[in-house]
Amino acid sequence: MCTTCGCSSGETKIEGADAHGHEHVHEHEHVHAMADGSVVRHTHAHDGATDLHYGHGAAHSHAPGMSQARMVQIEQDILGKNNRHARFNREFLAERGVYAVNLVSSPGSGKTTLLAESITRLRPDLAVTVIEGDQQTTNDADRIRAAGARALQINTGKGCHLDASMVERALERLQPEDGSVLFIENVGNLVCPAAFDLGEAHKVVVLSVTEGEDKPLKYPDMFRAASLMLLNKIDLLPYVEFDVARCIEYARRVNPSIEVMTVSATKGDGIEQWTNWIRLHAVTARQTTAQRVDTPGRRVAEFESAVGERT
Amino acid sequence: MHEMSLAEGILQIVEDTARMNDASRVRAVVLEIGRLSHVEEDALRFCFDAVTRSTVADGARLEVVATPGRAWCMPCGESVALDGLGEACPRCGGYQLQVTQGEEMKVREIEVA
Repeated sequence: MCTTCGCSSGETKIEGADAHGHEHVHEHEHVHAMADGSVVRHTHAHDGATDLHYGHGAAHSHAPGMSQARMVQIEQDILGKNNRHARFNREFLAERGVYAVNLVSSPGSGKTTLLAESITRLRPDLAVTVIEGDQQTTNDADRIRAAGARALQINTGKGCHLDASMVERALERLQPEDGSVLFIENVGNLVCPAAFDLGEAHKVVVLSVTEGEDKPLKYPDMFRAASLMLLNKIDLLPYVEFDVARCIEYARRVNPSIEVMTVSATKGDGIEQWTNWIRLHAVTARQTTAQRVDTPGRRVAEFESAVGERT
Repeated sequence: MHEMSLAEGILQIVEDTARMNDASRVRAVVLEIGRLSHVEEDALRFCFDAVTRSTVADGARLEVVATPGRAWCMPCGESVALDGLGEACPRCGGYQLQVTQGEEMKVREIEVA
């Protein structure tokens, strides 16, 4: 990103803005301590778009064979730390048979309304807890509590997404009941939350028909990361230009296996199908945990009977 | 801008590695960033410069090795090049593609002194 104008001169393309009032050249000064104790300073310019320094020697060594620098191989995933927290969360949830969904969308897609409606329908027979992510305010958590679920608000401040360590801390406080459903409502943002595994079973992307039908192509990372796309506000279809079939086709271009449901959180259309989807996965999560718990017990019984046969 | 979080992740890996190797300075950081990954390179460079200030990696050169995208096209039964998510198979024009390469986000190596 250019610090002068805020534009991104790499992959980001600004239509009709090819001409640019200033040059994208960034300079760095390099200091090299030589073997004889002298110090060499030099700068070189980085052209933002073509900043690939192939072919430079280690530390730009000025005296052949006298380089004081060395390369250390690392090969570590940049998101490794987040992924470790996510694994911890996944294990925490699996031990308790909790089914966790990470709800992602742009702001204003109707996530919170959808969530409140879902809670009302699930609550008679399922315990539901919610982690709410927003930059500021506890408004969403308040709405969720009003719908009857325990909720914890995470305010990310300037942050644009939830990460796995935030969710880990929230889980410690929230302590979801065994066999319950946990909704994580991510920060409204179709870009950043795609990269961060929180330990959830599924990411569900909510897209409303008041948005563009080409959003799956504009924000492919998110639609690729999601298992299910909920097309919300379908009661408004008569009033907007939104081609549902085309939107689904676009979503499957970036993610051939994505499931799709059309819903209206305010009118109730499709909500039963969606809550049944949740119930089904919640049952599977509980069964998987029950089997995990059973396995050591069964092994002990098998061992005891084997010992018994021998004696 | 999740590039700030990524830059902080990079710095942590770099600082840990520098400490383990008793390095007083980090001269360069080499990343492997797939073309289909969640990274806008220029934003990452900007954030890297910001988070490394006054650290062992202050002023370090950032090299990015961009891994090209590849996918397995199911109708073609073949591995094909993929320039971006949502692009069609260059052979058959279809979208039945499973990404096999290009989503990497790694710190490959660092140059220490």
